[in-house]
Amino acid sequence: MSNNLCPRADALVCFQQVTKVYGQGGASFQALRGIDFAIQPGEFVSLMGPSGSGKSTVMNIVGCLDELSGGEYWFRGAPVSSLDRNQRALLRRLHLGFVFQGFNLLARTSALENVELPLLYRGLPKTERRRMAMAALEQVGLERWAKHQPSELSGGQQQRVAIARALATQPSLLLADEPTGNLDSERSRDIMELMVRLNREQNLTILMVTHEPDMAAYSGRTIHCVDGRVASDQKNPPHPAHTHAHTPEAGQTGATSC
Amino acid sequence: MLMLMNALRLALQEIRRNLLRSFLTTLGIIIGVAAVITMVTLGNGATQQVTNRISALGSNLMMVNRGQGMGPGRDRVEAPGFRQSDIDAIRLEVAGIKALAPVSQTSVTLISGNTSWSSSVRGTTNDYLVASNWDLQSGRLFTNDEETNGGAVCIVGDTIVEELFANQSPLNRRIRVGRYACTVVGVLKAKGQTSFGNDQDDLVLMPFPTYQTRLAGRDALSGDVQQIYLSLMDGVDSSHVEERLTRLLRLRRNITGSESDNFHIMDTTELAATLTSTTETLTGLLGAVAGVSLLVGGIGIMNIMLVSVTERTREIGIRLAIGALEHEVLWQFLVEAVVLSSFGGILGILLALLLSWIMALLMKVPLVLDPGIIVLAFVFSALVGVVFGFFPARRAAQLNPIEALRHE
Repeated sequence: MSNNLCPRADALVCFQQVTKVYGQGGASFQALRGIDFAIQPGEFVSLMGPSGSGKSTVMNIVGCLDELSGGEYWFRGAPVSSLDRNQRALLRRLHLGFVFQGFNLLARTSALENVELPLLYRGLPKTERRRMAMAALEQVGLERWAKHQPSELSGGQQQRVAIARALATQPSLLLADEPTGNLDSERSRDIMELMVRLNREQNLTILMVTHEPDMAAYSGRTIHCVDGRVASDQKNPPHPAHTHAHTPEAGQTGATSC
Repeated sequence: MLMLMNALRLALQEIRRNLLRSFLTTLGIIIGVAAVITMVTLGNGATQQVTNRISALGSNLMMVNRGQGMGPGRDRVEAPGFRQSDIDAIRLEVAGIKALAPVSQTSVTLISGNTSWSSSVRGTTNDYLVASNWDLQSGRLFTNDEETNGGAVCIVGDTIVEELFANQSPLNRRIRVGRYACTVVGVLKAKGQTSFGNDQDDLVLMPFPTYQTRLAGRDALSGDVQQIYLSLMDGVDSSHVEERLTRLLRLRRNITGSESDNFHIMDTTELAATLTSTTETLTGLLGAVAGVSLLVGGIGIMNIMLVSVTERTREIGIRLAIGALEHEVLWQFLVEAVVLSSFGGILGILLALLLSWIMALLMKVPLVLDPGIIVLAFVFSALVGVVFGFFPARRAAQLNPIEALRHE
């Protein structure tokens, strides 16, 4: 079952036979049973699957929040499994941006300060932080809401702030875990259009977990997971409501092995 | 350094975000620090007051009384008084004495013009003024001749001037003391009340021979010297003098072998040391009790920090996901705890200053601020933050980001 896909110098993310086992002994649960895929820079990939299919586990491993049990994961051509907790945290800090279903903004903290948070951990001076945070808020169209706290913003606006926070550090990869899960369809469309725009205009690589085919349709490629394996991995047709998301040339797309 | 600044910034941001909770958290520390400093300050004030009052009684003063001192089963009245010859013998045989005075006293009614006042009259010598730290306000001491042969003169205290002379100068005026009259030659500088509320200025002094011839004989014992006051030279070991004195007096009073003394010696230096050490012990005790409240304050901080870690689990998850390192989260919480407790310490010190000032006024003790205890209380409060902040901080830092993010 091994592939010779990885490591590929041109792939941003490359999974080779990644397995994940939770727990030990009889109570153990195999969440991933050998996942292979690769993401090229500039791709917008959706990860779909029923609950328990392992899509969240994949997301957590790609996001360096969780360790893998077997196989290997290369990020920008470097194996991740040998990194310790702090090195993984540094990798997140420098290269990854997260957007969550529940927005996960700090309460009683203005939008601007929320966006500044990852910059604070980079140790940037205050004026630089302000400038970069404002720039990120402008990208999501919320520059006028900078002083407002999350409780004063709508769900859609909160998710935009979360996206701005993820963008502020100019990450190599944006990880979005059910970004529209808590939003109505109109807000969902706004968020998806924003992500498509960021992908197209800034060549931002995005990996999005979703269980809604409508949302996945905005992306350029969809990977289906079932029972801890990749069931299908194919390019999406151009989105009817939108100019198509940016997709790299055919052939660069990672092959599947299910 | 940069990291610490960052942690401080994060901690301050967090404290500002939860002002009320932060204040309530530090309340324990505020009260603890304030209690420790106030107690110690008041204790020091009380110690100072005791020292002041005893030194007002006389410096290096020893008093020899007949009887076995106060207490149950002790005879006081039946013991014979002292003789003038005892005084002479002490002067001759005990070294290191600066002043030595016989004292006998009785209560009499004083009359001047048509005013009368009941007071105590002491027959003594000029040395009494030295031994008991009296100064003259005006007039003169007894002359040598008056001291040895007697004379119808007296020195009066401030209260007598007030009561008999309506604060006019009494010098060269006459007072009737019982059935005799004397001329006022000196006025004592006021001393005020003793710690037991006795008016020290309510007294009349006359030369010892005068007292013996004019006032003695009212009762059998007043012909004797009732008390001997002596004050020691600086640097003389009082216990050594006390020992010599005891031996001499036992000999002169024919007390042999296992018989117990029928006199006793009170040493104010020793008394001062005993009382001072008593108040110091009390100060320590009060401080320790207050210290317990500081400890409880520290546990309060730990409690709130733990609650805060649980409450902010999700936030910690966000920080970790964003790329906060384990030690950065640890430092953030630790610095938060230390900032909270130090801030509590500072507020506690301010509160303590205010409380000590008010309490010192109310209790009429001097305000003795000890910078040492203030610094100590502050350092301890900061330390409380480190100790009690560490456990919650480590717990926060070791959270699993995925589980933390999932936390509701």
